[in-house]
Amino acid sequence: MNGKTFESSMRSRYFKQRLFFGAVRLSALLITLALLGILAYILANGFRAITWEFLTQPPTDSMTKGGIMPAIVGTFYLTVGAILVALPLGVVSAIFLTEYAKQGALSRIIRVGVNCLAGVPSVVFGLFGLGFFVVFLKFGSCILAGALTLGILILPTIIGAAEEAIKAVPQTFREASLALGVSKWDTIFRIVLPSALPGILTGAILGVGRAAGETAPIMFTAAAFFTAVLPKSIFDEVMALPYHIYVLATAGTHIEETRPLQYGTVLVLIALVLGIDLIAIIMRSMIRRNKRW
Amino acid sequence: MKNRKHSLTKRVKEIAIRNLFGFFAFLSVLLLGLILVFLFREGIPLFKQISVADFLFGTAWYPTYEPPEYGIWPLIVGSLAVTFFACLIAVPLGILSAVYIAEIAPAGIKEILKSIIELLAGLPSVVLGFFGMVIVGPWLQETFDLPTGLNIVNAAVMLAIMAIPTISSISEDALYAVPREFKEASYALGATRYETIIRVIIPAALSGISTAVILGMARAIGETMVVLMVAGGAAAIPESIFDAVRPMTASIAAEMGEAPFRSGHYHALFATGIVLFMITLAFNLIADYISNRFRETGSGTL
Repeated sequence: MNGKTFESSMRSRYFKQRLFFGAVRLSALLITLALLGILAYILANGFRAITWEFLTQPPTDSMTKGGIMPAIVGTFYLTVGAILVALPLGVVSAIFLTEYAKQGALSRIIRVGVNCLAGVPSVVFGLFGLGFFVVFLKFGSCILAGALTLGILILPTIIGAAEEAIKAVPQTFREASLALGVSKWDTIFRIVLPSALPGILTGAILGVGRAAGETAPIMFTAAAFFTAVLPKSIFDEVMALPYHIYVLATAGTHIEETRPLQYGTVLVLIALVLGIDLIAIIMRSMIRRNKRW
Repeated sequence: MKNRKHSLTKRVKEIAIRNLFGFFAFLSVLLLGLILVFLFREGIPLFKQISVADFLFGTAWYPTYEPPEYGIWPLIVGSLAVTFFACLIAVPLGILSAVYIAEIAPAGIKEILKSIIELLAGLPSVVLGFFGMVIVGPWLQETFDLPTGLNIVNAAVMLAIMAIPTISSISEDALYAVPREFKEASYALGATRYETIIRVIIPAALSGISTAVILGMARAIGETMVVLMVAGGAAAIPESIFDAVRPMTASIAAEMGEAPFRSGHYHALFATGIVLFMITLAFNLIADYISNRFRETGSGTL
C-alpha cells in the first residue's frame, strides 16, 4: 500500500466519523431543544395567569374565570392515595425479589408480570379501574377508586426503584449481620432497608411525579368536570389538574377565551411534576456522591 | 429446651414472612390477571351482538348510530399509523442520543443530558397534547395549507417526544453493558471510534437496543392523551399523513364518558381495551424474551 492511498482512505474514514458524530450531537441537541422549547413556551405564556387568586380560588363563570384550587387539592389527594397504595406493596415486592427469591421460576414469573404491568396502557388502567373499583366494588367515581388505579399504575416504577436500591446495599452488610446471629428478617428490616431507604424514597418521589401527571386512568374513575367544593371523604369525586387541562382545552365553547387559564394550569402541573422529578434526580445524585461504601 | 423452642418460633416467623412477602410480590401478576378478567367481563357481551371478525375488521365505527356499527379497523389503523411515524422519528433520535451519552459525550454534558431525557420522560402526556394543539397544530395547518393541523404528523411528532426517553435510556444501558474488551480490541486493530461504535458496540448491544425500540413502540401505541388531543379524531382509514385519525386509545378516552352504562357502545370500548391490552402485552413479552434470550452476550461468550 503506498502512502497516498493510505492517507486518503484515512481521510475518508475520519470524514465518516465526523459525519456520524455530527448526527449524534445533532440528535442530542434536538432532544434538548424539544424539552427547553416546550418549557420556555409554557412558561412565557403561563406565568401571567399565575396569581394568588388563581392558585387559591375555585373556577367561576362556568370555568371561564377564577382559579384552579379544587384541581390542585384533588391532584394532591389522588397522588398521596396512590403512593400510600404503591409504596408498601412495591417495597415488599422488591424485598421478596431481591432477598428471598433471587432466582427460580417464581421470581421469573413475578418479574415478567411486573414488566407487563408496566407496559399496560394508561387508558386500560382507566378501564380496569372503572370495571373493578367503580362498578364491581361499587365505589363509584371517587378519590379511592382513582387513587387505587393510579397506585397500581405506578407500582412497577416503585418496585423497580426499590429493587435497585436494595441491590445496591453491599452483600457484606448482610453477611456481617447474619454472622452475628441476627435473623434474616431482622437483617432485612434493620440493616438492608435503612441503607436502601434514600434510594427507595427517590423511587417513590418519581412515582408521585408520574401519578400527578396521569390523565387517562382517572378520567372514568375519579375526575370531575367541575366541583366548587372540596372533597369531604374519599368517596367524593374530585377535580384534577391534568383532567382540568384536557377539559378546558377541548370541551365547551370558550376554548379560545380560556387560553390564559389553560396555560396557567399547564404551568402549575409542569412545575409540580418536573419539580418533583428534579428533587428525585438531585437526591439520587447526592446519594451516589455520598455513598460510604 | 427453651432455646430450641425459641428458634422454632423464629423459624416459623421467618417462613411466614417469606410467604407473606411472596404473596404481595405475586400480587403484580394477579393484578395483571385481574385487569384481563375485568376487561373481558365488560367487553365480552359485545360479541353477542357482532362477531369478533366483524369487530376487528369492520371498517365502520358508528357506535351511536341506529343501528350502531362497531368496526374498529379504522381505529387499529389509526393506532398503527401514528405509532409507525412516531417511531420513524423516535428510533433514530433515541438510539443516536444513547450513543452520544454512552460513548461520546464528556462527563459533564452526559449528566445534564441524562437529566434532560429523564425530565422529558416526566412531562405529563396531557401537557404534550396541549402543546401539540396550540403550537404544532396551527403551525402545520398554516405551513402546509391544511384543513386541520390535528393529524397523523402532529400526533407522530408528539408521540415521538414521549417515546424517545424510553428508547434512549434502555439503549444507553445496553451500550454500557458491552464489555470494555470489545472496544479495546477494536481500537487495537486500528479501527476509528466511529467504526468501533458502528461495527462492534452497536452490534453487541443490539438485543438491548431492540428491546428499547419495542418498548418505545409499546409506549407510543398505548399513549392516550396525546392522540386524543392532536390526532384529529376522525374514525376513518387515513389516505395521507395529513389526515386525521382516531387511534384506539383516543376512542376509548373520548367516548367512555358518553357511552350509556353496559350499552353496546360501552362493551365495544372495553373490547377495544382488550385488543389494546393484548397488543401491548405481546410487545412486552417479546421485549422480555429478547432481553433474556440474549443477556449472555459478554466477554464470557466469546
